[in-house]
Amino acid sequence: MKIHHYLVLILACLLATASLADPKIPTSQRQQELMQLLLDDCGSCHGMTMNGGLGPPLQQSNLAGKPDEYIFVTIRNGTAGTPMPPWHQFLTDDEIYWMIDVLRKETWKKE
Amino acid sequence: MRCLSLICLLIISLSAHSAKLPGCSGREAIGDRGVIVERASGSVVIVNSTSQELLCRVEGLGDLSHASMVFSRDEQYAYIFGRDGGLSKVDVLNGRLENRIIQAGNAIGGAISQDGQIIAVSNYEPGGVRLFTADTLTALATIEAKTDAFPEGAKVVGLTDAPENQIIFSLYNAGEIWQASLDNPKKPEIKKYLNIGSLPYDALIAPDGRYYMAGLFGEDGIAKLDLWYPEKGVEKILGDYGKGDKKLPVYKMPHLEGWTFAGDLVFLPAIGHHEVLAIKTTNWELSSRIPLLGQPVFTMARPDARQIWVNFAFPNNKWLQVIDTKSASVIKKLEAGPGVMHMEFTPRGEHIWVSVRDENKVKIYDTRTFELLKVLNVESPSGIFFTARAHKIGL
Repeated sequence: MKIHHYLVLILACLLATASLADPKIPTSQRQQELMQLLLDDCGSCHGMTMNGGLGPPLQQSNLAGKPDEYIFVTIRNGTAGTPMPPWHQFLTDDEIYWMIDVLRKETWKKE
Repeated sequence: MRCLSLICLLIISLSAHSAKLPGCSGREAIGDRGVIVERASGSVVIVNSTSQELLCRVEGLGDLSHASMVFSRDEQYAYIFGRDGGLSKVDVLNGRLENRIIQAGNAIGGAISQDGQIIAVSNYEPGGVRLFTADTLTALATIEAKTDAFPEGAKVVGLTDAPENQIIFSLYNAGEIWQASLDNPKKPEIKKYLNIGSLPYDALIAPDGRYYMAGLFGEDGIAKLDLWYPEKGVEKILGDYGKGDKKLPVYKMPHLEGWTFAGDLVFLPAIGHHEVLAIKTTNWELSSRIPLLGQPVFTMARPDARQIWVNFAFPNNKWLQVIDTKSASVIKKLEAGPGVMHMEFTPRGEHIWVSVRDENKVKIYDTRTFELLKVLNVESPSGIFFTARAHKIGL
């Protein structure tokens, strides 16, 4: 085996590990920004305590039974015909999954 | 003798006069006070807009995100409507919480009746309007916003007082406008306007109390009710406005509280567009569209209506723009700071107070020179409400 074959193999392994890893956790500074965005901007329709407003409540119990993928698509692309806007301009996919986790675990309550 | 009887008469008439009147007490005047909501900490600060200082803080008011308030006609009491369904009566003169009730699960705003006797609160959960006495916050009646399509009660938005002791409000998901007479507040009489348009998200009443207008989210246009001619029903205006344009996603719903009549024009924030609309009041047609740097949230008219100050939705919420109503164009752009939430003019408009949430500051600007006059430290400030609102229809 030639040396560049080894290199390709190593590279392929590295890539495979990267894609299998958990979604990238935002930096602590970014986490703070995201938490603020959740409370202020999501909160402007869903309530600062996620008890709902013009938009539906987003408490742990409200999200139970709704798969991550459904919530992800709702946040990423918005919901046509409702005021829910798409957030993909402002949030990466990893950040959206991180926020779903925050909602599910209600870690925002500590803020 | 004659002189004596005259003196007697004088004494009698004088004492008669003084016996009739209760006398004027020397309590402090509070016509230049205001209340600023500290949205994250469930408190408000009471301010003086003449000395431009914070006077005191009142705490324990619950969830005040998106809180608003109305004032008693003597300006002494602020009735504060919290998101958590709390209704708090705060004594603005003495700086204390007078009374507080939780009247629903999830509330959005409220109004005070023309005679100052009744407080009305609009609710999301359970949807409807509840009426309370202004003095003791005793429940008078519940108007359930039930319709065939929303048997659990529609979400109520755009609640306002109206002349002849009425209130008017819109049913967000049901697309209706209801007008209620409070002459018998335990059994309010209700007139319903059906099919007024899709998803009215907020509404307002003109300063003279004649027009009630609801902004629509689900379609283009504005639903207009002329209270001088209620028999004409609700008319849709600007129905073709924005047709063919791509509507932008809305990151914060505009508030229609700031309603600007200037000459024969009226100015309104355009939902889903980076613009304010100038509408001719003579025929209710579009006069011009004023391009802005973002989506407007509040469009607040200086009391003389020569200027309109606009703040913006995320992600442009650090900016303010000022529109000159004479030329219908933007004349000033100001970077007020991160998270501009609300603005309030002093009663005759020489200054404007701006809440900058993420900086924990309230900034006071001169509206003629745009000079920053003073900065106050207020924690996560949102709504600013001066007591002069007590005497205005719809506020």
